[in-house]
Amino acid sequence: MNFEQILTHIKTSLGEGVILSTDENASPKAIIIHAENLVEVMGFLQKDNQLYFDSLSCITGLDNGSEANTMEMIYNLYSIPFDHHLMVKVELSREKPAIDSLCGLWKTADWQEREVYDMYGIHINNHPDLRRILMPADWEGFPLRKDYQEQEYYRGIKVEY
Amino acid sequence: MGLLDRNIQKGGIVISKLDDLINWARLSSMWPMAFGTACCAIEFMGAQSTPYDLDRFGIVPFASPRQADVMIVAGTVTFKMADRVRRLYEQMAEPRYVVSMGSCSNCGGPYWEHGYHVVKGVDRIIPVDVYVPGCPPRPEALIGGLLKLQEKIRQETIVAPKAIEKLLEKKAKVA
Repeated sequence: MNFEQILTHIKTSLGEGVILSTDENASPKAIIIHAENLVEVMGFLQKDNQLYFDSLSCITGLDNGSEANTMEMIYNLYSIPFDHHLMVKVELSREKPAIDSLCGLWKTADWQEREVYDMYGIHINNHPDLRRILMPADWEGFPLRKDYQEQEYYRGIKVEY
Repeated sequence: MGLLDRNIQKGGIVISKLDDLINWARLSSMWPMAFGTACCAIEFMGAQSTPYDLDRFGIVPFASPRQADVMIVAGTVTFKMADRVRRLYEQMAEPRYVVSMGSCSNCGGPYWEHGYHVVKGVDRIIPVDVYVPGCPPRPEALIGGLLKLQEKIRQETIVAPKAIEKLLEKKAKVA
C-alpha cells in the first residue's frame, strides 16, 4: 500500500476526523493525529489486516521551543509482511506534556518511551516502569529540551568544562 | 637486565639499593585493570595483541581491581560511570597508578562543550599519573604513556614517601 491508500483506508475505517493533517515532506510520509486518539489509532494500525504495522521501529521526541510552545511525539511504523512504512506524529503542549503509553501494543515501546521521558520530560501515562534510562536517576532536568540548562555540579563533580 | 643476568650466572652477588629493587619489580609488572569505558578500549586491546605485545613489558591485564596495579581509563567517562570508576580505583591496592588514555578522559574530548553527560577529565574524580593524548591514541602512544609511567615509578623512593607527606600536609591544613 502506498501513502494515499493507507490514508483512505484509515479514513474509511476510523472516520474522516481522526487524521488532523498530513506531512508529505516527512520520510516516511506522516499523519498527524490527536493525542487522545493515539492508542485507538495505533491499535488499529497494528491489528488491521491490510495495514498490519507489526513493528514500531522508533519513537522520537521533539521540542519545538518556547516560541511554538509545542512538543511532539513521532512514531515510525513498519509492516514486515507488507513492507510499508508510516510516520505518526502527535503534538503536545509544552507546559505539561503527557501522552499515553503504547507498551500494551508493542513491547518495544517500553524502553523507547523511557528514553523520550529521560531526554524531554514528556510524561508517559500508564507506563509500567517510567524511570530514566540513559542519564543517572538523580540527574536534574531534561537534556534535549531547548531551554535546558545543565546543572553546575553532579555529586560534587563540576559539570562544565 | 642483561647485566643482572650475567652477574647471577657467574654466581656473583648483586648489590643494589632496596629502592631500585622495589622500583624495578614494580615497573616490570605493571598489571593494568582489564576494563574500558569507550572506543579507546579498542586501541588498548590492540596494544595487547601480538603486533604490539604489551606482555614484553610485563603488562598483563587483570580482570579484578584487587590485583591490578595500573588503571588505564580508556575512553569517555560519563557521569553515570564516574561513581563506578571511582569505586574501582578505591578497590585497588597501593601502590596504584592511573593512566588517562585519550582526549575524552583527559579533558572531555569532543564532548567538552555540549556533552552534558561527560566528566570533563577523569582527573576530576581520581588522581592521574600519565595522560596519553589522541582520539583514540594509537597503541604506540599508549605504550609511550606506559613507558613514561615506568620512568615515574623508577624515580620513587621508600625513604621519602611523597604521597604520605602530601596526606599529612593536607591533614595539617584541615586541622
